Amino acid sequence: MNALAGLLRKEWYHILRDRRTLFVIIFYPIVQVMLFGSSVRTDVRDVRLAIVDPTPDATTLELRNRFNAGGVFRIVSVTATDAPLAHLFQTDTAQVAVAFAPNFGERLSRGEAAQVLVFSDATDPNSGTSRQIYVRSVLQAYQRELGLRAGAIEIVPRVRSRFNPTRESTNLFVPGLMAIILTIIASLMTALSLTREKETGTMEILLVSPLRPWQIIVGKISPYLVIGFLSVLSVYGVARVVFHVPMQGSLALLVAEGMLFILVSLSFGILVSSRTSSQRVAMLGAMMATMLPTQMLAGLVFPIESMPRVLQWFSLIVPARWFIVIVRGIMLKGTGLAYLWPETLILAAMALVLLAASTRSFKVRLQ
Amino acid sequence: MTIRLPGGAFVRRTLALARAEVLHVTRDRATLVQIVIVPLIQLLLLSNAATFAIKRTPAYVVDFDRTSTSRALVTHLTAAGLIDVVGQSPSPDAANEAMLTGRATLVVVVPHDFESSLVRTGTAPIGLDLNAEKGSAAGIVQSYVVQTLDAYSRELGVELRPTPRLVAVSSAGSVPPRPAAGVIDVRTRGWYNPGLDYTAYMVPGILVALVTMIGTLLTAQNIAREKEIGTLEQLNVTPISRAEFVTAKLLPFWVLALLDLALGLFVGRLVFGIPVRGSLLVLFGAAGIYLVSALAIGLLISTVVETQQQAMFISFFLIMIYLLMSGLLTPIDSMPQWMQVASEVNPVRHFVAITRDVLVKGAGLSEIRVPLAVLTLYAAVTMTVAIRQYRKRSA
Repeated sequence: MNALAGLLRKEWYHILRDRRTLFVIIFYPIVQVMLFGSSVRTDVRDVRLAIVDPTPDATTLELRNRFNAGGVFRIVSVTATDAPLAHLFQTDTAQVAVAFAPNFGERLSRGEAAQVLVFSDATDPNSGTSRQIYVRSVLQAYQRELGLRAGAIEIVPRVRSRFNPTRESTNLFVPGLMAIILTIIASLMTALSLTREKETGTMEILLVSPLRPWQIIVGKISPYLVIGFLSVLSVYGVARVVFHVPMQGSLALLVAEGMLFILVSLSFGILVSSRTSSQRVAMLGAMMATMLPTQMLAGLVFPIESMPRVLQWFSLIVPARWFIVIVRGIMLKGTGLAYLWPETLILAAMALVLLAASTRSFKVRLQ
Repeated sequence: MTIRLPGGAFVRRTLALARAEVLHVTRDRATLVQIVIVPLIQLLLLSNAATFAIKRTPAYVVDFDRTSTSRALVTHLTAAGLIDVVGQSPSPDAANEAMLTGRATLVVVVPHDFESSLVRTGTAPIGLDLNAEKGSAAGIVQSYVVQTLDAYSRELGVELRPTPRLVAVSSAGSVPPRPAAGVIDVRTRGWYNPGLDYTAYMVPGILVALVTMIGTLLTAQNIAREKEIGTLEQLNVTPISRAEFVTAKLLPFWVLALLDLALGLFVGRLVFGIPVRGSLLVLFGAAGIYLVSALAIGLLISTVVETQQQAMFISFFLIMIYLLMSGLLTPIDSMPQWMQVASEVNPVRHFVAITRDVLVKGAGLSEIRVPLAVLTLYAAVTMTVAIRQYRKRSA
C-alpha cells in the first residue's frame, strides 16, 4: 500500500508539473462546451423568404404580413414572377420562396382551391424541411380561421412539448457534450501518460518495482478520475449558467454516472496504451477509436434511429451512446435509476470488461 | 558550360526537395494510410451516419372515446407510414411510462366524448404529447400530425355536417349566409435536392473536412518531425532559400490534397451518387486557393511547436474549431449572431459554401465570387504570415 501511495504521489507531480497540459485539462472542457454549445444548433430562425405574387390582393397581403410578423421569416424579395428565384437561391439570398397562384385571393373567396407553391432550398435537407414546415404552419393557421368563419368541422390539437418545451437545440446537444469531453480527457490522457512511460523507459522501472499490475493501473487511473470529476462539474456549470439547460433530476446521480463513464474511458485508454509503443500511435489510436465514433455514432448530433442498420448495431458498442441517454434522461426528463438501470448496467459491464482486459495485457508485458 | 537563369536554380532545388518529400510520404506506410485509407473510411462512415432524416415515429395511443371516428383518426395518422403505433390502452400512466423509457416519442390522447362533441359542436380537442428533446424533429412530427388532422377534419366535415359547403356552392350567385371556405392547396418542392437526400448535402462537406485535415495536419506534423529528428537544422544550413524550402515542403501536400479531393469526389459520385452540377474546374480552382491557406496554417503551427505531439494537439484543436464553426454539420443561420460574425474569418466556412454551391446548386464563378475573394485574401495573408514566422525561427 505504501508503494501505491508513492505511485499516486508521483502521478500527481507529473500532472501538476506539466503546466501546459494542466492548462489544457482545466480549460479544455469549458472552451469546448462554449464552442460546441454555440455552434451546434439546428433551430430555425431568421429565414430569408422570397414572395412571388403575380396578383397582389387583400388575402396575399394579409398572408405576407403574417409571414413577416411571426419573427421566423424575413421577406427579402417580392416579385411578380418566379424568374429571379434561381439566382436568389444560388447566391443564398433567399432560402424559401412562397409562390401564390394568380388570382389567389379571388379563388379562395369564391370557395375554390387556391394554389400556393412553396420552394425551399433543400441543399441542406433538414433545414429545408423545417423551413417548409414553418411556411405550412402559417398557411394552415390561416386556413383554419377561414374554415371557422365558414363553420367547418375542426379537430383542435392540444400540443404539449415534454422534456424540452422551448425546443432549444442547446438543451439537446449540451448535455451530450459531457460524453465527448470526458472521453477525450480520460482516454487520451491515460493513453498518453502510459505510453510516455514506455517511451522514456521508466515503465521498466515501474514493472520491476514491487507494485502489482493492478496497483499500477489504479495509480494511473485515480488522478484522472479526480480530474474527470472536476470536468463533470465544470461542464455542468457551463451548461446551467451559460446555456440555461434545465436540470430535472439528481446531480448526485449525474456525477456518479459520470464517474462510471470516466472509468470506462480510462480503462479504454489503458487498453490502447498497453497495445501500442509510441505516443504518436497511441494518440492516433485513441483519436480514431474514440473521437470519431463518439462524435458521429453516439447520437450526439445525428439521431441513431436515422442511421443505417449496420451503423445502429455498431453504435451499441460505443460507450458514449449509453452515457448520452443517461445524461439527457437525468437533465431533461428527470428520470432516475428506475428508468436508467439498463444503460447503467451496460456501462458497468463495459468498465469491468475493459479493466480486466487492460490488466491482463499488462501481465503479458511483464513476461 | 550552360547558362543558368537564376529562376532555373530555384525550380531545380525546389523540385529536388519536393521529390524527397514525395519519397518520404510514399515510403511511410502510416502516412499513406493516413492519406488514403482514413479519408475513405471517414467518407463512407460519416456520410451514412450524418443524417437528420426522420424515419418512423413511435406513438402511443390513449383512446378514451373508442368510437369509429377515433379509430379512423388513428388509421389516418398511421396511413402514410410515418407513425407507428407501439402501444394502445386507455391508461395515461402507461403512456407516460412509454414516454419516459423512450419507447414512444408521441402520445395521442383522444378524449371521452370526441365523436359526440364533433357531431354536436363541430369541434373537439385532441391531446398531442411530444417528446421535444429533439426540437426540430419534434416540430416536423407535430406539423405532420396537425396536417393529417386538418385533412381528416375536412373529410369528416363532408361526412358529418355536409351543409355549410353545399350551401355555399349552391348559393354562389346570391349572397351566401356565410363566406365559403376555400382550400389553400399547398404544394412543396425542395430545390436542388428534391429527394431530401442527406448524403448529397454531407458528402461535399466531408470532402472539405478531409482536404483540411490533410492540408493542415500533415504539414504541421511533417515539419515538426523534421524538427524532432534534427533534419530541419541540416536543411537550414544548406543554400536553399526560405521561399524554396516553403514551396518544396508545401507543394507535395498541395498536390496530395487535390488528389484526395478528386478521389473523394469520385467515390462520392460512385457510391452515393452525389450531384456534380457545376464546373469541376471552378471547384478545383477554388480548392487550390483554399489549400494555400490550409497549408499555411499547418506551416504556422509547425513554427510554434517543438514536437509532433504538440503539432497534432494544436492542429486537432484548431481544425475542430474551424469545422464546428463552418456550417459543415449544422447550419450557420442557426448559430448565435456573434458566432455568425466570427465565422466570416473562417476559411473553411467559405470553402464549404463554395463546394456545396458548385456541386449541388450548379453555381458558377459569378455566384461564388464573394467567398472566393475572401478565400484568396485569406490565402495571401496566412501564407505571408507563415513565411515571415518561419524566417524568424531559422534566423
